[in-house]
Amino acid sequence: MSKYTLHINGNIKTVSVASDTPLLWVLRDNLSLVGTKFGCGIGQCGACTVHIDGEPTRACQTPISTLGNRKVTTIEGLDPKGEHPLQKAWQELDVPQCGYCQTGQIMTAAALLKKTPKPSDADIDKALAGNLCRCGTYLRIRKGIHLAAQIATKESA
Amino acid sequence: MNDQQLENASRRDFMRKSVLASSGLALGFYFNSADSATKQVAKPSTVAETSIFKPNAFIYIATNGTITLISKQPEIGQGIKTSLPMVIAEELEVNWKDVVILQGDLDPIYGSQSAGGSRSTPTNYEEFHKLGATARTMLISAAADILKVPVSELIAKDSAVHHSATGKHLSYGQLVEKAATLAVPAPETVKLKDSKEYKLLGTRISGIDNPSVVTGKPLFGIDVQLPGLLYAVYEKSPVFGGKVVSANLDKIKSLPGVKYAFIIEGGSNLKGLLPGIAIVADSTWSAFSARKQLDVVWNDGTGATESWAGFTAQAKALSTKPGTEVLRNDGDAKAALKSADKTVEASYSYPFISHASIEPQNCTAWFKDGGFEIWAPTQNPEAGQKIITETLGVPKEKINLHITRSGGGFGRRLIPDYIIEAAAIAQHIKEPVKLTWTREDDLRHDQFRAGGFHFLKGGINQQGKLISWQNHFITFGNKVLKDGKTTLELGSGANLSGDEFPGRWVENCLLEQTPLECNIPMGPWRAPRSNVLAWVFHSFIDELAHAAGRDPLEFRLDILGNKDFIPGTGKQGIPYDVNRMKHVLQHVAEKADWGKKTFPKGQGQGIAFHFSHLGYIAHVAEVTVSKTGNLKVDRVVVSTDIGAQIVNLSGAENQVQGSVIDGLGALMFQDLNIEKGRIVQGNFGDYPMIRINDAPTQVDVHFLKTEYPVTGLGEPALPPLAPAVCNAIFAATGIRVRELPLLKTDLSWS
Repeated sequence: MSKYTLHINGNIKTVSVASDTPLLWVLRDNLSLVGTKFGCGIGQCGACTVHIDGEPTRACQTPISTLGNRKVTTIEGLDPKGEHPLQKAWQELDVPQCGYCQTGQIMTAAALLKKTPKPSDADIDKALAGNLCRCGTYLRIRKGIHLAAQIATKESA
Repeated sequence: MNDQQLENASRRDFMRKSVLASSGLALGFYFNSADSATKQVAKPSTVAETSIFKPNAFIYIATNGTITLISKQPEIGQGIKTSLPMVIAEELEVNWKDVVILQGDLDPIYGSQSAGGSRSTPTNYEEFHKLGATARTMLISAAADILKVPVSELIAKDSAVHHSATGKHLSYGQLVEKAATLAVPAPETVKLKDSKEYKLLGTRISGIDNPSVVTGKPLFGIDVQLPGLLYAVYEKSPVFGGKVVSANLDKIKSLPGVKYAFIIEGGSNLKGLLPGIAIVADSTWSAFSARKQLDVVWNDGTGATESWAGFTAQAKALSTKPGTEVLRNDGDAKAALKSADKTVEASYSYPFISHASIEPQNCTAWFKDGGFEIWAPTQNPEAGQKIITETLGVPKEKINLHITRSGGGFGRRLIPDYIIEAAAIAQHIKEPVKLTWTREDDLRHDQFRAGGFHFLKGGINQQGKLISWQNHFITFGNKVLKDGKTTLELGSGANLSGDEFPGRWVENCLLEQTPLECNIPMGPWRAPRSNVLAWVFHSFIDELAHAAGRDPLEFRLDILGNKDFIPGTGKQGIPYDVNRMKHVLQHVAEKADWGKKTFPKGQGQGIAFHFSHLGYIAHVAEVTVSKTGNLKVDRVVVSTDIGAQIVNLSGAENQVQGSVIDGLGALMFQDLNIEKGRIVQGNFGDYPMIRINDAPTQVDVHFLKTEYPVTGLGEPALPPLAPAVCNAIFAATGIRVRELPLLKTDLSWS
């Protein structure tokens, strides 16, 4: 067990865990931030996607000891009011079915929109290919990202 | 719920029960949620204080006008938590924004709470109309009393009762005190709305939990948190039914964070508590880490010799022999085949696959005071409670089961094996504990979709008519002990009905079945049986259409024939409305411009239909296959007849599009190999699932509005997808896919 000071969603949190504990389980078991999901544990499904210094990253493949001072953003911290354009678009288009993978989808999509504010379907397919949706909401995920891009354009206008 | 139950329900005080049933909050479920005001975790205590009008177990209206509706069926992604309350809200004449929906815990007051077989909508639709209409009637009566005007002059609208002559209106909140004093009318006496007046049903309503889903609030079973919660893993034999001989428990107990490690003896029921080793620790990661050091000596049992290669060889050897069971024998299929102008023989096979719901199986259990509190992502809460009673001897009155949202179901969560494991661990340690399966546990200890082999022969006469159909189906069964005797019981979803299309339609039809004994657990996988039978039969029908030189649509319409209606013949078949099927088939063909488009080589259209779960569904798929053999599904058109009313248009479209993508994923990728009785694949690296880049570009969904009863949509739109795509592949390339998944067939062409 070692003590780690973490920068999560703009807050400083201290936890005592084994050094190889993945960020995923620190978020879920220690910090009660359960929006980051466990799906496979090997970085194949994307359900645990968070941002580390803005980069979409698999929390299940990130040992806590490797974080240092880097800043972590989870779905709970994506937008203070839960009103990120993607979160609005997802509700408007009723994207989720079971919903389990959607926080990971949104975190990956948010990183895409930051770099590519108006992505094509091909851009979306490439960026989101690491996020499984077992219910098959992919058509609405594509639509949702396009709608979010529009919402973001309007909001910044 | 029948009328008697409804009446009984209306006489009891459910509020007290509701508070008890929602004790998850008191115990701390979501205790750390920053937002306890979200709809999912609306405060029942507040509801209890002010919701004084409660005409039945599903409706509570508060003095402030808040309308709380109970969702009785588990939400697994099929949208039931939104759609069934919409039915109440429609009849109740309330603004949807005033509605709060709570998930009901397991409680007999709600009637059956299992979500399976696409039955939740058809079995509840009519009753839910009555529930809402009963409450509306009472609110109108209350307004009549207060305003001293006849009921006939009042209308309910927008969560209020209006008197148009005077312009007076009273909100539901203002009426509840009076309404609560009125007798509940008999449900059969209340007037239901005319469907022409529906404002909510048939519109697009976003899922009630979406605000919580997109912000990462605790919703799912795996999100359950409790004070002092411990975390468990459970290691079972990699060979199904294997027993524990010994394990290095002393070492495991010495590892960091580990609180308990012990052997559970278990039994031989493949759907129950199997033998294994429980490790309980202070965190999920401590439990996972300790498990890596686990060293177990297993007694593999009889299953260790099983392999997919072995099953395939056995099936081939059996294919030329008569089946052990004749499911149907109409006319003389063998003689008709001999007399046929053209004959086609083909064998089709598909592997065992896993459900792979994205939330791995998990369950939280707390054994205290001789009873259980259970939190489970389950499709079948009754089965969870029952297996605890049967296995651990705790009466069901002492088992409170809280239904959480499920991260996918697909039939997997109908089987409560993970619930009994959590309960057995909890009973041993007497502390609250959450059992989490790893992805490897989940893929390898599924209740699998059974593999199967079909050996088909078909004959066409000189007029191009299908005159003979023969199928020897080699399937799988488990040995089970029943009434003191060991019998081979077909796997769930591994049986063929003698009535399945085109049985009942082809004059000379011989259907035989032979089960192979195996030790592999089998369970219902979305549209059980149908998900593979539609692929086999509509692929082979396509082969026969091409052999006959006939258009695949026209050939199918000819087989369906001119009878309006084909009754079941007692072989699990249910009455089949031929006109409904022909209608959707012709409709989908029209919408897809069937036969009107010309495609270059490498592109093509395929068509298929299937009737299951009371739904009549037809698909046309358009595909592009590159010269190197890469498949892209460009467009799928789906026409459905699921009755007179779509409940939630958004949810219904989601179910169909999801079924298309799910069906395509199973077709393209899903495959489990079995060696030495063990499942070879373990995670999404070697068990690929469909990803966004393989999803179709376009899926057009058409709902035909008909006069028939409203039926479900979680499953029936899946089965026709695989044959439609494979038939399109044949049209594009001339390559016939006869083995799943698609990965096994080289689709390259020149």
